[in-house]
Amino acid sequence: MLEVKDLTVEVGGKELLKDVNFKVEKGYTNIILGPNGAGKSALLMTLMGFSGYKIVSGQILFRGEDITHMSIDERATRGIGIMTQRPPNMTGVKLKNLLKLIAGDKDMEQMAESLDMMRFMERDINVGFSGGEIKRSELLQLAAQSPCIYLFDEPESGVDLMSIDVIGSTINDLVHGDSTCPGDRKGHGKSALIITHTGKILDYIEADRAYVLCNGTIMCEGNPREMLQEIKENGYEECITCKMKKA
Amino acid sequence: MQNEESLKKRAKAALRKEAAYGERFDLDEYSIAPKETKYTDDLKELDEKSQRTLLNVGVIPSGEGRGGSLVMVDNAISHSSVSDKEIELMPLHFAMQKHDWLKDYSWNLVPVDADKYTATSYLENANGYFIRAPKGVKTKLPIQTCLLMGSKDVSQTVHNIVIVEENARLDVITGCSTSSDVDKAMHLGISEMYVKKGGTLNFTMIHNWAEQIGVRPRTVIHLEEGATFINNYITLKAVKSIQSYPTARLTGKGAFARFNTIAVAHPGSELDLGSRVIFDAPNTKAELISRTITTGGTVIARGEMIGNEVQSKGHLECHGLVLSNKGTQRAIPILEANVDDIELTHEAAVGRIAREQVEYLMARGLSEEEAVGMIVRGFLDVGISGIPDELQKDIDETIAQIGKSAM
Repeated sequence: MLEVKDLTVEVGGKELLKDVNFKVEKGYTNIILGPNGAGKSALLMTLMGFSGYKIVSGQILFRGEDITHMSIDERATRGIGIMTQRPPNMTGVKLKNLLKLIAGDKDMEQMAESLDMMRFMERDINVGFSGGEIKRSELLQLAAQSPCIYLFDEPESGVDLMSIDVIGSTINDLVHGDSTCPGDRKGHGKSALIITHTGKILDYIEADRAYVLCNGTIMCEGNPREMLQEIKENGYEECITCKMKKA
Repeated sequence: MQNEESLKKRAKAALRKEAAYGERFDLDEYSIAPKETKYTDDLKELDEKSQRTLLNVGVIPSGEGRGGSLVMVDNAISHSSVSDKEIELMPLHFAMQKHDWLKDYSWNLVPVDADKYTATSYLENANGYFIRAPKGVKTKLPIQTCLLMGSKDVSQTVHNIVIVEENARLDVITGCSTSSDVDKAMHLGISEMYVKKGGTLNFTMIHNWAEQIGVRPRTVIHLEEGATFINNYITLKAVKSIQSYPTARLTGKGAFARFNTIAVAHPGSELDLGSRVIFDAPNTKAELISRTITTGGTVIARGEMIGNEVQSKGHLECHGLVLSNKGTQRAIPILEANVDDIELTHEAAVGRIAREQVEYLMARGLSEEEAVGMIVRGFLDVGISGIPDELQKDIDETIAQIGKSAM
């Protein structure tokens, strides 16, 4: 589904990611762990194609196609959907209007109700929204978009305990729900790449593989729960050892 | 009552008096616009092109959904009809003959010697529309008026008076435009509006001029106790120069004024648009909201609030988008408090569309052009109601073009 090869990325002239390699296979949910400042968000922003993230070398392949230099909307229409950590205030852009544009014929009302977003339809997106409201609005937009792979940047951050249930289970529904990618057989489900700091999201969605990103590079990979446990016990020191073992 | 002789004297003395703001036009370069035109009984009988011109400034030729219509071409009234029999709508010259008392309202708010444009309009005995909602009458349908420039190289002079009597409510949609073959001309428009105790005037003005037109409206609104004035002003098409600074005087307790301005300055256009509110009574309120875009022209967004009475509250908001390297946005907010218990605030921002906003929408699958269009549309949407579908379509098309030009 998604393959990243030797990806090196600069932001403002500073190298944030170096020789990053990983894969997300069809139907897989992979997570990225790593300390603050490791480059986790930069990785997701680069995958979506946001400006300011300059690809110095390497390749991003999506469903076999080289998308390394594609524009954001070309990536989106090919089936990549993102929930960033801090989306901008969209003054003047009403949630209802954007939803209508991205959902096409799809009826989003039920989804909006289950996310308790009906009363936000006439509001400007993200303007005056709480942390949880932003996440729910993002999920509603992603549901309308229905991508093949979801990129989630710390979906549990800044969210109150009440919201995290709704957000966690909605993410699981979106990724493991009925809808399939164009060209795929039913039952494959979709793919997801989730950045998580706390691992809290694993209470809601089963992950297949974990990667640890330290200092801009993937240090090790393995079973998500085992790795999370290890990090909880030993901190990120462990991932450096892991890299040495690999070498 | 003002003495006609002294007014004339003052006007004559001001014939060369330049306006405080805006490009200086030499009125000698323009001849007086024709004072006669073909009268049209039914606007539907106009040719398709003329009907389109009316529609694009919000004036519906069939009169459907409107309480009355008045059209002025150059300096002559070409149509006047009213279906809402409770409302008075007629050419100002008729009204002056009909109502002797109207003399007290005429040239009472706008001084004849404000500048050469007011002086010229006075000395040419400008005609225009007179609209009056009698005491307690609340209109259901808006009255529509259209001021059309029909001849080249002329100056059109217009004088309008609107009166909303006690506890009455009036909606007015007025469109100003040019015939397609007119490129160069001047429009001078005097408007005096009175909103009496408890009355409401909802006034929407759509300008749709041409590239070489100079526009100098002079407007003052007088509000009594508990009166409300909502002003919506839209100008999205190319024009040479518009300089306008309507002033609302809040003279009675609890009066409220709101000015919404949405404007686009194309290359070669200079839009000097302001709104001014004078708080002359306690507990008065005002909101001045300006959303402007330049695609290469100059926007000067002025706003002034002068607080003279306690417990008054005013907010001024000027937001300007710069969509071209050649364009200029200048926001000039002025706040003046002359008493202690008062709250006047302002918020001004000029600049380009934030890249992260465009990319946010692109990440949802919108093309860059669609994303910019959506942001621009949202930026200009200040919630003006009663815009006919045809005009809305025209506005959407203009916004789509602006989106493209911003690429």
